[in-house]
Amino acid sequence: MSSSAPRHREKAQVLDEAALDRALTRISHEILEKNGGAKDLAFVGLRTRGVSLAHRLAAKIAQIDGTSLPVGTLDITLYRDDLGMRGTPVIRGTDIPFSIKDKTVILVDDVLFTGRTIRAALDAIIDLGRPTAIQLACLIDRGHRELPIRPDYVGKNLPTSRRESVAVRLREHDGEDRVVIEEPEEA
Amino acid sequence: MGWTRKDLLSMRELDAGEITLLVDTAASLQEIASRDIKKVPALRGKTVVNLFYESSTRTRTSFEIAGKWLSADVINFSASGSSASKGESFIDTAKNIAAMSPDVVVVRHSSAGAADLLARELPCSIVNAGDGAHEHPTQALLDLVTIREKKGHFDGLHVAIVGDIAHSRVARSDIHGMRKLGMTVTVAGPPTLIPPFVQELGAKVSYRLEDAIGDVDVIMMLRLQQERMTAGLIPSLREYARYWGLTLDKLAKHARPDVLIMHPGPVNRGIELAPEVADGPYSVILDQVSRGVAVRMGVLLLLAGRKGGEAA
Repeated sequence: MSSSAPRHREKAQVLDEAALDRALTRISHEILEKNGGAKDLAFVGLRTRGVSLAHRLAAKIAQIDGTSLPVGTLDITLYRDDLGMRGTPVIRGTDIPFSIKDKTVILVDDVLFTGRTIRAALDAIIDLGRPTAIQLACLIDRGHRELPIRPDYVGKNLPTSRRESVAVRLREHDGEDRVVIEEPEEA
Repeated sequence: MGWTRKDLLSMRELDAGEITLLVDTAASLQEIASRDIKKVPALRGKTVVNLFYESSTRTRTSFEIAGKWLSADVINFSASGSSASKGESFIDTAKNIAAMSPDVVVVRHSSAGAADLLARELPCSIVNAGDGAHEHPTQALLDLVTIREKKGHFDGLHVAIVGDIAHSRVARSDIHGMRKLGMTVTVAGPPTLIPPFVQELGAKVSYRLEDAIGDVDVIMMLRLQQERMTAGLIPSLREYARYWGLTLDKLAKHARPDVLIMHPGPVNRGIELAPEVADGPYSVILDQVSRGVAVRMGVLLLLAGRKGGEAA
């Protein structure tokens, strides 16, 4: 994101379009299985790509179960623990147009890494009300956790080194569905 | 587009990109006002001092609420009841407060340039909350946030600013901000209250209310600062109210049906604004006040959250 970051080159493709879709289908079934159906579930996606993934999961559950679940958008900028270390905070707003009280909230993010984003998201959600439970779904778990946080639903576990980065590219933002590992270009 | 300034002193110093960043940030923060728990931890451990040498209801309360919703510690200082009444000079008081390591000092003072002086002298961020007849940038920003929310955009909008332009820091900040975003601005008022600088800022001038409000999207009525009357700038309050007061009748005859009526407050009911207009369907005066909190949250967040934070 930051302008001083070195350029990255693609090292390997991890998921193609079909594999990405299969992972989301499996997660949808797991959500229904774990919660005994779709009753009182709600999705909250983390900006930006978590929101798109949340909408896709909601669409799949509507296909499987016939239930239309609400999807909210969470911006965790105001809850970060590194304000002032990353340059200008960009606030794009939280939009959760339904009550999360007594709901099981499925928090959706694209890549789970240190866990700090999820820590901030948990605080942000709890400030909006008291959900019955919060579960975490992520498309990629790349390891290197710095906090005691673990996902409930994972698309793919992907061991990475810290210097690599994982890019989730989605149709809605990037015109294609795939996940790649990138590494910094040597100078 | 990043925010790099240590201080927010005027609309004049900002470019269109910076103004848009402030407006976007405020619009995104507006949602916090409708939450059950109106507090986010963004500025936890930061200290904001309100240093007010002039009376204020809206602005001071608004900065205080904004700081508290962002979890900053907010300390209010007003000149009365402080060492200022024992004769301590402005800059000495400010330096003493700065010695207690605040992150942001919000200052209002009757002298133009007071905020600039503090910005040069103190290591913390300074926000100008009104300096004499010079500028009041957060008021201009909340006007812009309200206009964009109600009209959906800024493109090609035409705003009439009516009343005592000469003594209005709000008018000056508004004209700078609106012109930079490509809006057309007409100022209107008695010739004694229209200063020559407005044309240099690219505003048009009208000396008749009925002409000025004819084809505009927004009418910004300014408070008649009644202390001006003693200076002989207007003949009488009654005459001012008759020629420059905005009534339902004048609105119906001359203004567009979708016009917005704005006022920075406090309103002199029955002088510049008829009560039916102030409380009527065109009025967005209270929307301005609630957007003010979001604007001040945005300003505090961008100043305290810029890269390097408090290192000046």
